[in-house]
Amino acid sequence: MTNANQQAVARYKNNFLKEVEERVEEGDMVKMCMQCGVCAGSCPLGSAWEHSPQKIFMMIRAGKRDEVLQSDSMWMCTSCYNCIVRCPRQLPITHIMHGLANYAHRLGIAPKGQPTREFAKTFWNNLIKRGRTNELTLTLAHYFANGIGPGIKTALNMQKIGLGMVMAGRLNPMEIFGGHSVKDLKGFHAVLAKAKEIEDRKKGFAA
Amino acid sequence: MTAALEAAECGKQVILVEKTPTLGGRTAQLYRYFPKMCHPTCGMEINLKRIKGNPNVRVMTMTEVTEVTGSRGNYAVTLKVAPRHVNENCTACGDCGKAVASEIADDYNYGLGKVKAAYLPHPMAYPQRYVIDPSIAGTAEGEAAKAACKYDAIDLGMKEESVQLTVGAVVWATGWRPYDANKIQPYGYDRYANVITSVEFERLADPHGPTGGKILRPGDGKEAKNIAFIQCAGSRDENHLRHCSRICCMASLKQTQYVREAWGDEGKSTVYYIDIRAIDRFEDFYQMVQKDATVSFVKSKVARIAENAANGNPVLHGVDTEGYHRYATEHDLVVLAVGMEPEVTGVKLPDDIILDSSNFIEGSKDGGMIGAGAASSPLDVNRAVQSATAASLKAIQVIHKTASTEAA
Repeated sequence: MTNANQQAVARYKNNFLKEVEERVEEGDMVKMCMQCGVCAGSCPLGSAWEHSPQKIFMMIRAGKRDEVLQSDSMWMCTSCYNCIVRCPRQLPITHIMHGLANYAHRLGIAPKGQPTREFAKTFWNNLIKRGRTNELTLTLAHYFANGIGPGIKTALNMQKIGLGMVMAGRLNPMEIFGGHSVKDLKGFHAVLAKAKEIEDRKKGFAA
Repeated sequence: MTAALEAAECGKQVILVEKTPTLGGRTAQLYRYFPKMCHPTCGMEINLKRIKGNPNVRVMTMTEVTEVTGSRGNYAVTLKVAPRHVNENCTACGDCGKAVASEIADDYNYGLGKVKAAYLPHPMAYPQRYVIDPSIAGTAEGEAAKAACKYDAIDLGMKEESVQLTVGAVVWATGWRPYDANKIQPYGYDRYANVITSVEFERLADPHGPTGGKILRPGDGKEAKNIAFIQCAGSRDENHLRHCSRICCMASLKQTQYVREAWGDEGKSTVYYIDIRAIDRFEDFYQMVQKDATVSFVKSKVARIAENAANGNPVLHGVDTEGYHRYATEHDLVVLAVGMEPEVTGVKLPDDIILDSSNFIEGSKDGGMIGAGAASSPLDVNRAVQSATAASLKAIQVIHKTASTEAA
């Protein structure tokens, strides 16, 4: 069986730039980068990135597909938008970073266990269930992501805040049983399915 | 000046309107030209001699255009003449300056120094006549200046005048202005004393400048030997000027040689750049500078500047493109190679003037008004002069065609 990643490799051969242009959100802007380096220098988390945005753009052009898509650099982006504001060519750098991360995720080659990716998955799965984020189950899932022991420890540490929120009516303990959903849950799921269908068609993921 | 002279020397009647009290514009404020590293004094002197010897040119300084109406071949121009308070009797002896105590910002030195409120704009000023600043015109100081004058040259009663002209063609040669460095927030031009602009650096290197030609940094007067040049400060940037200002790379390469001239092998210049655009035939100048051991190049647009509070040194932060190394480098002084904007502030351009996307003047659709020099495109001195000659030729044609139509 060929997976999504192998299909993409076969389709674009060695033209990674073209692949990014066609399948990554705002990927067609990558070629506009003039390698000035302001994005890398303006990024508050810049030193935590293995590859800076400017370097990633050059790697895309150089066809370094695996190095880019398997890197955890794009997952470091916190969407502060400093790079977009500063970019002399107005590249939507933040969006491209999320686009690349999302693309790598869909191909199944994004780094395993990357915390940002794990949290994004937890959040998304929580959200689509009822059309609302269930703060209680989301929080608990996050606490226990690293196992039972650390989960209990974190939960105990946060006890006071949790109780305070319950008292203030900001957190309903009954939500543990599934919680309330949007009015038209069926319609909400239909919207998501349609959006996925359109997205798949646009990005060439349709079967 | 060139546009006026070329037309005048072809026998046309020319009125040269200048907003400031002297001719020469920003060229007169340079220390040296690239690529030959000669002083602007030389070219200026030739042009001034041409102007003085040509009865076809009438020079009006401290004069602004307030309105232009009409069309190709027949324009009515309204001018506003500001009072200089000094008439043609002035011999530039300087006695009025000595009699005056109050000082104003020195425009010639981009505000880096002060001048007396009765002043000669600069040593090469034309007309070679003092100016009484309006701030002292009606005061006791103004009277003291008048009393000090042996030639009855000071007229404190001068009023603003309005003048009407009828002309056949208009050449717009309003020149350029440096991009406002305060707008480039991360570089801290407004916050750090030791971050200056390239035009200010020209004044620091010039013996007629505020430091007598010594490269001393404004913050504490310390000798600046380790100097950073930041290219594209405002240019090639969608957030600032969209265009490449063309001259700044060559200007910085030239200025690295001021550092060498001042400090020899002890000086150190670092040029931070996206790519060096040594326009036209200047690549050999770039290669010459590359061979200079005191000059190094960092391929990176600096992301931000901080200040080392202990010694006042600017610290440059960024990531370079050759290896993607993160750096935080300290320098004595930072020179921002600021971009060129067309000087159209306060100029009421006629409605039918066409501007390009960066507001450079292209001219009117009917060809009767023509943009010239750095007002029409980011140009160095040499190319501005070429552009002026071209504009002058176009204007002459307008005059000829109008004359032949009228004769027919």
